[in-house]
Amino acid sequence: MIQHLLDGILVGAIYSLGAIGLTMVMHILRFANFSHAELLSVGAYSALVFDRLFAAILPPLTEAIGPLTLTGALALAILVSMLITGVTALIIDRLVFQRVRAKGSELSMVFASFGVALILRNLIGLIFGLSPALYSHDIAFAAVLSRDPLILVKPDQVFVLAAALVFMAVLHVILSRTTFGFALRAVAENPSLAQVNGINLKLMIRAVWLIGGALAAAAGVFYGLTNQLSPLIGQNLLLPVFAATIVGGIGSVYGAVAGGFIVGLAANLALIALPSGYSPSVPFLIILAVLILKPNGLFGVARA
Amino acid sequence: MIGVLSYLVFFSTVAAILSIAVLGLNLQWGNTGLFNGGVAAFFGAGAYGTLILARPAQEAQFGGFDIPYLVALAGGMAVAAALAWVVGRLTLRLRHDYLAIATFGVAVAFENVMRTTEWLSGGARGVRGFQRPLQDVIGAGLTYNLALLAFVLVLLALTYLFLERLVASPFGRLLRAIREDETAARSLGKSPARIRLTAFVAGSAIMGLAGGLYATTYAFISPQDILPILTFQIWAMLIVGGAGNNRGAILGAFTIWAAWTSSGWLLSRFAPSEAQLYTGTIQYILIGLVIVGMLLWRPQGLFPEKLVVSQSGRTNKPTKAGSVPS
Repeated sequence: MIQHLLDGILVGAIYSLGAIGLTMVMHILRFANFSHAELLSVGAYSALVFDRLFAAILPPLTEAIGPLTLTGALALAILVSMLITGVTALIIDRLVFQRVRAKGSELSMVFASFGVALILRNLIGLIFGLSPALYSHDIAFAAVLSRDPLILVKPDQVFVLAAALVFMAVLHVILSRTTFGFALRAVAENPSLAQVNGINLKLMIRAVWLIGGALAAAAGVFYGLTNQLSPLIGQNLLLPVFAATIVGGIGSVYGAVAGGFIVGLAANLALIALPSGYSPSVPFLIILAVLILKPNGLFGVARA
Repeated sequence: MIGVLSYLVFFSTVAAILSIAVLGLNLQWGNTGLFNGGVAAFFGAGAYGTLILARPAQEAQFGGFDIPYLVALAGGMAVAAALAWVVGRLTLRLRHDYLAIATFGVAVAFENVMRTTEWLSGGARGVRGFQRPLQDVIGAGLTYNLALLAFVLVLLALTYLFLERLVASPFGRLLRAIREDETAARSLGKSPARIRLTAFVAGSAIMGLAGGLYATTYAFISPQDILPILTFQIWAMLIVGGAGNNRGAILGAFTIWAAWTSSGWLLSRFAPSEAQLYTGTIQYILIGLVIVGMLLWRPQGLFPEKLVVSQSGRTNKPTKAGSVPS
């Protein structure tokens, strides 16, 4: 029970990071982006590339930090990968979404994102191979917190939770304390009115892709660090991340954070009642429950 | 020669079945503007529903109803329709992308439940023990496959005629009115949510029919047949054929299915052996490129929807494709 709670919070932090970017895009560009979860894979694999690169250039960085399996090289690679993934999201917007937006409806965007997801996922499979990969082959020893009931936590999981909370705190400060944050919220609220007040809409859309991509990359690396890397990361995390945005209410960044933790907890607690084979279905049940009880989510507002 | 002929019969049967699914999707997306991200679930509901209802009793397996084939086929459609009704009921009142997300979720959950619930669906091994109808009368060979093709083509023709009539009827005009301008339709006293639900359920039942026929052709269905790629394939068929146009939908289905099977054959024949493992991966990228490419350069498809002016007292006259009737 307590083990399920802990695992739920840890995986929930990863869902939250993924859901923040998705909910921002869904709010400002008004379409459900089915390719968002593939940015997690892009982030995870670009971190793998740079991890190996930094390790080769600067051998001292291959030392693991403290009890973690995380090395200095990987820590640096995470930052680089966040930048690369943000830029990838920008490039995809430029190549596909911007052009579809110019001529089609919002549903054409949903459709285009379906196609983009398929291309990204399989390109990653083609380049990096279909079998799973790992950042580090060191064995991650779990710390025993209690023997009865048995509760195990890996140091990496604690690091992932702490780092995710730091990213969320930084984003909170940016959104609530800076002019840029105010502009971003204004655009989300009412794009035309924001433009009348001199906010550059195009710039804001680019910022949303950059932030969303960067957070998705962090989520992807953290998932890879605590589980394993596979080209299917995006496909497997897409539904939980969507569930998190719906639980929180589409457009609400704080809702996405809360939604991520709720979905993580619910999915892990459900394993007490359900056989573990059914866990991929749990996010769908959560979506159904939200649609029945509170269709606009915890923090969302009704909008046509 | 007989090999080529029997392959052509088999190819046409599958392509015609997929055409039926594309027609169902066309009713939802082309005519009503509903995004169904879980075609595989409704296709699968029809397939599993038909086989489980029609198969004879088996040890440790649910069913054994041994229902007559045509009734079981209709039962499969009903299962698909019921699934669609639940999802549609909950999402069609909300922002339009909720339907996209919920249908995607239904496909993930359906595949997962079929893979895990051994007593119902046989789990990963699939549904076994189904006997194709009339096989003891006609025999198993080419004759049977020809008869099956004829049966499928008749159902394809019936579906096509039904949808053509539906689209030309006042109900079809209503669907397009809601797709184009929901507020205007509502101001005329129409209820968009109810009409959308009707179209969504009907389209999903048609996909269920396709699934039932598909399972009949193989006398077998497993989770491997209802993976997300099926949804992508059927979408690609619709967008290539041209959303909104039923004839285009059928042509698109045959075109993409021919491209899919021939690309698989070419890759397995000529690609170096170390690349063989990635045949599927390359084909998936091609499907993705078809979807994105069509949206960017030819969103109306190869055979665009013909917009018609409907005025009282005159027969429908087609206008130039793409122009808006005044």
